[in-house]
Amino acid sequence: MIVANRKSLEEILNMLKPYKKVLLLGCNECVTVCAAGGEREVGVLASELKLSRAKEGQEIEIKEQTLERQCDHEYIDQVRPFVGDYEVILSIACGAGIQYVAEKYRTKVVLPGVNTTFLGVTLEQGVWSERCQGCGECVLHLTGGICPIARCAKSLLNGPCGGSSNGKCEVDKDLDCGWQLIIDRLKELNQLDRYEEIIPVKDWTTSRDGGPRKRLREDLRL
Amino acid sequence: MRLNYPTNVKIVKVPCTGRVDILLILHAFESGVDGVYLAGCLEGECHFLRGNLRAKKRVQYAKKLLDEVGLGGARLEMYNMSSAQGQRFAEVAREMTEKIKALGPSPVKNRVRGVQDSGGQVKRLTNLEPSNP
Repeated sequence: MIVANRKSLEEILNMLKPYKKVLLLGCNECVTVCAAGGEREVGVLASELKLSRAKEGQEIEIKEQTLERQCDHEYIDQVRPFVGDYEVILSIACGAGIQYVAEKYRTKVVLPGVNTTFLGVTLEQGVWSERCQGCGECVLHLTGGICPIARCAKSLLNGPCGGSSNGKCEVDKDLDCGWQLIIDRLKELNQLDRYEEIIPVKDWTTSRDGGPRKRLREDLRL
Repeated sequence: MRLNYPTNVKIVKVPCTGRVDILLILHAFESGVDGVYLAGCLEGECHFLRGNLRAKKRVQYAKKLLDEVGLGGARLEMYNMSSAQGQRFAEVAREMTEKIKALGPSPVKNRVRGVQDSGGQVKRLTNLEPSNP
């Protein structure tokens, strides 16, 4: 899922300084799974904002609404009937959702309540880890199902580098060396001969490096 | 045991402190209470196995939130006691009351209008009657 972190309360309060009527929008998908922007987090943030403002002796009115997703029109349209009652929209969905809300409600200021970070997985409740960079040219079949772009700090295609020691990356003692993981996995799968095949230089144009991307399925377009 | 404990302590009964959500704590402060404490089973003796450990983690997190908000994490505490320890219950009630008295009334008392639940219904947390433990 897309993993995000809630911005600090201080930063959000600063953004909300000029406003008294706020529509707080959460999202029921990725940010719920990583406990950053789901219904619970909407409740907690609204409570924090009310308590902070009350402590300063200032008013704030917050409408809490958690949409199924903020990356599809149909769900964002659900707030159309009452969006006009609020001065600003504070969204704690991922960056894609926040932007889409801004696109749909052009006359409203839309503020981000989270910092969107990576595509990842849940290791255990409360711990999420990066797995994918969205590079657009997947080589997982060559590396035993472990991504060298996302899990190697240098995104090496033919690692490891000299900084790999005892299975850990020189960048952080708690960070596994992505290439050590790949080699171990290839051994488990009896595919160690693949390690000796050089993966050629990557064409980064399929990644964000080639510009903002789009996907089309003509057969689905009405 | 008929022990006395301060009358300003209002009890909200839950089947396990693991039932207590961070939002319940925050809503309590929104409604104007000066302090909140959770009285859970002794660690390792939770009837529901780990509910009191979850509560402990949530209390630690909520204390940080309360610090950020400006109310102060000191207004929230977690205590552990066996349900047989009537004396300890009264002792904790007195201890927490003293602590909160020293901190003074909540700076947001009577300032937050209405508490909204997840269904969007505005409720007020009132009529908290003391009950016998």
